[in-house]
This record gives sequence, C-alpha cells and structure tokens, in this order.
Amino acid sequence: MQERISTRAPLAKRLGNFWAYLLLTFGSIVMILPFFWMLSTSLKTYNETLAMPIKWLPSVPQWQNYIEAWNAQPYFPRYFVNSFFVTVVTMVVEVLLSILAAYAFSRMKFLGKNILFMLLLSTMMIPGEVLLVPNFITLRELGWYNTYYALIIPWVVSVFAVFLLRQHFLQIPNELQEAAYLDGAGHTRFMLQIMVPLSRPPIATIALLKFIGSWNAFLWPLIVTDKAELRTVPVGLISLMQDEGPQYHIWMAAATLALIPVVAVFLAAQKQFLESVARSGLKG
Amino acid sequence: MKFGATLGKWLDMPIGSTKSTWKRFWADTGLAYIYLLPTLLVLGTFSIYPVIRAFIISLYDWRIRTQEFIGLQNYKEVFSDPLFWQSVKNTLIFVAGTVPLEILLALGVALLLNRQIRFRSFYRLAFFLPYVTTVVAVAMVWLWIYHDQWGLLNSILGWFGVAPQQWLLHPKWTMMTIIILSVWKSLGYTVVIFLAGLQNMDKELFNAAKVDGANDRQVFWHVTWPLLTPTTFFVSITSIIGAFKVFTEIFVLYGGKPGPMRVATTIVFYVYEKAWDEWKMGLASAASWALFFMVLVVTLVQLWYARKRVHYD
Repeated sequence: MQERISTRAPLAKRLGNFWAYLLLTFGSIVMILPFFWMLSTSLKTYNETLAMPIKWLPSVPQWQNYIEAWNAQPYFPRYFVNSFFVTVVTMVVEVLLSILAAYAFSRMKFLGKNILFMLLLSTMMIPGEVLLVPNFITLRELGWYNTYYALIIPWVVSVFAVFLLRQHFLQIPNELQEAAYLDGAGHTRFMLQIMVPLSRPPIATIALLKFIGSWNAFLWPLIVTDKAELRTVPVGLISLMQDEGPQYHIWMAAATLALIPVVAVFLAAQKQFLESVARSGLKG
Repeated sequence: MKFGATLGKWLDMPIGSTKSTWKRFWADTGLAYIYLLPTLLVLGTFSIYPVIRAFIISLYDWRIRTQEFIGLQNYKEVFSDPLFWQSVKNTLIFVAGTVPLEILLALGVALLLNRQIRFRSFYRLAFFLPYVTTVVAVAMVWLWIYHDQWGLLNSILGWFGVAPQQWLLHPKWTMMTIIILSVWKSLGYTVVIFLAGLQNMDKELFNAAKVDGANDRQVFWHVTWPLLTPTTFFVSITSIIGAFKVFTEIFVLYGGKPGPMRVATTIVFYVYEKAWDEWKMGLASAASWALFFMVLVVTLVQLWYARKRVHYD
C-alpha cells in the first residue's frame, strides 16, 4: 500500500508530463519529417513526386531509383571512393598526430612548452573562412590543386582534438610514468603501451568527430578541386543536381546514399558522441 | 640574473635543479619537438602563416597569374561597395534570426527532456540526428520541401487554409528558408548542451527551493536560469560564431547563387564570389577581415566573461 502511493506521481506532475510527451513527440516528428520525406520521395516514381495532393508513401517502392542515382553520373561511385579515402586517411592521421602532440603537452617538460601551447590554442580563434583565400593560393604554389593532398593535409591537425586528448592524458596518474621511467621505458613506449590503451574513449571521440566533419565538408573541396575524378560526395551531389535537372526522386535517392555513412557511424556510436558533445558544453 | 630566471620560467626551463634533471629536460625537449613536428608544420602552413598572408594578399590586386601591389585600394573598394555592407547586414540579420530562436527552442526542449520521462534517449536522438548530417544532402531535401508547386511545406500549410507561397522564388522568404533549415540542423546540438547543463546542477538547491514553498516558475527564474547562465553564454557564443559563417545552406538552396535578387549575400558568400567567380583574391582577402573582426569581437566578449567568472566565482 505504502509503496503503491509513493510510486504514483501527483496529478499535477502527471498532467505536466502529458504535455511534455505531447510537445516532445510533436517536436521529434518535425525533426524526423524531412528524413521521412527524403526516403519516401526516393522510392517514388517521377509522376508520384508531382502528385497533388501529396502521396505520403509510394504505391510500389521504386528501388531502382537508387541504382539510377548511383549511375546517373559517370563518376558517382568515384565520389564515394574519394570521400571514403579522404575521410579515413584524414581521420587516422589526425588521431596519430593528436596523440603525439597531446602526449608532449601533457607528459613532457620541454623548452618553450607553454608558449607553443598558447600559440596552438590561439589558432582556434581564427575562423577558417578567413584562411580560404591564402590557403588556396599556397596550395596552388605547392602544386596541390586538384590532388588528394589538398583535400587531406590541411585537415589532419585539429587543435580541439589535441586539447581534448591532453585533458584526458593529464588525468592519468604520474606515478605510472615514473615507474615506467625507472623500468627503463622511454616516452614512446610509455605512450603506446600505457597512455593510448587507457585513452580509448577520447580517441574514439576525436576519430568520430573527424569522420563526420570530413565526410560533410563542402566549401574546401569545392574550391580546391575542379576535376570530376576528385570530387567528394557533397560536391558530387551539386553536380548531380546540375546535370540531372529537377528529378526529385533521383535527388532524394542520391541524398540518402550520401547520408548513409554518417548516419550509420553516428547511430553506432551515438552514446559516446552525445556524451562528448555534452562535455564540451560543460567547460564553457 | 633576474632576467635570465624570468626568461627561463617563460621557456619552462627547470632553473636551479640538478644536473640529471637538466639532462632529462634536454632529452625530452628533443623528443617533444619530434612528436610535435608534423602538427607544427601543418598548423604553421595552413593556420598561422595564412593569417599573415591574408593581410599581404589584401594589399595586392591579386589574380591567379598577375599580382600588383596597390596598398589599401582593396579596402577602399570593399568599404565603398554597397553589396559588401549588404552582406554584413544580411549576416547580422541571419545571426539575429537564428541564435535567439535556437536558444529558446533548445532550452524548451531541454527543460522538457529534463523531467522524469521515458524515451528520453529516443527524443534526444531525434533532435540530434540532423546535426550530424551532410549540409548539402539535407539542404537538397529542404529544397524539395520548400518547392512552390509540389513541396511538402505548402501541402501541410494548405490543410490550415494557408495559400501556397513561393518560398524559394520570392525574396521576402529567402532569409526565413535559410533560418529554418539552420535552426532545424543545429537545434539538437544546443539541446544536448543545455540538457547537460541542467543535469549537472546540484539537486539540493531545487529541493531547498521547494521546501521554501517556491513554485515551478519561481524555481526556474531564481534557481535554474541563474545557474544555467554559463551554459547559455557558451551556447550563445558558439551559435553566433557558427551563424557568422553561413554559406553552404544558401549555396545549395539557391543553386550556387545568394538567393533571388541576391538578398542572401552573406559575408562568406561575398568572399566566395569575389575570389572564385571574379578571381579577385586581394579584394576577397580584404573582405574576409570583416568576418575575422566580427568573430574576434565575440571571442573577446567570451574571454572577458570567462575572466570575470574566474575572479568572482
């Protein structure tokens, strides 16, 4: 008896929660609706996309739209290969460089450490858009215009990633390092055998952020490439829109294909991802 | 002597320690610079050097093949270009349209999610999903939603008796279409940060307020809102800086143009057109300092605020 009463929330609270559920459900529907509409349109026939009143679902799902989108452009599969290649290489190199830099800044005493660290942090204050023009010119001078280097090298360092990893490295007790040092283990061995295995979650976080950021990048790839063979998926979508004309069922199929990798990666690691975003706000 | 000690401290030298410590210090210094070399190279080439270079380029009539030094001529030209001031104005309108709306909506959603409700992780996921998606792909979807003849938006509004509107064709709607898309896309990020701020609060304070007979509204205005100030501040700064840089949404919705009658020319769009349509790199560089300046002001406000908090917390 006692227990039953205590588990029942007071009426006011339950009413409040009713409104909360109603508003949240409505909000979620609004957020998800564009994705639903994208998927639904991607499976319609051309005539169904122009039907009035609108059809919420296709009569018969037209799966071949995806094949058509895939083959619509001579290079569409190539865009995916490019995007995967650029994304994976950028991500792996960024993780390696971040580990090295974060280790130096958290575990070593060296000449000019604080000055360098402040220099690093100060670069975070510069909006990347200001650097577009000079970097574009530098890139041409290096002969990297229309190369994978242009798409990868400028993005392999993330000061935010170094900072995040450094914060984590600082929490690992110093005694471990002293013990390793006395055992004759140098920095490189200590870093690889102790620090890295102990830091899997933040390493996964920075890799994840880079994967999504790199896959979604648009303005930079648009500027530094003009060859179709080097286009990444977002730039490829633009040329698909231009070349195919307004065939919305094909556009939506192409957009769906473009979103599958990021959404899959996000869903697989959403808990980690949401936690890292939440933590980034708590520092503020 | 004192100068030497100060310099040593600045350079992180272990002044006055034993010989073995010094030996280790120099060995570490060598190794540390090996670890840092690739990072410093990339950062130096693509983040630090270009800041200086952007300024140098802005002093030239810089084309792809020819460069001619013209002093401050580019700045003169930019500052007397009505389209440039229009782009500054449009950027500020966009910021004013997105940031308060996003904060208000996100705070509302976060407060609802902070109640004792079920399916919280589902709701959170639904709100967050747009944030991780590719701008180009989702802008294509919104392009289709906004379609004046067959679009979803006009159909849904039609149920409520609203006449179909030319969302993408009429300049009066242009800013709104971009604002809705941007808020939809980044709302979830702000929700997650607000939610973290709310869940990080000391529950004792709420219980104390309740014991003192405060109602929900009083608790919100006198406990939750003041405690949430740092989060609100962080979110405002991040969204303002993000909104200053709007480009891709416009590019996709309006087929590579800054909206009908150029009404959505933002600063980044202005820079993009000057550099990659007209190939006036010097002019584009001069204009991009406007963006730098605006972001800098916001960053300085943030630093000032952070410092104030450290002092008086």
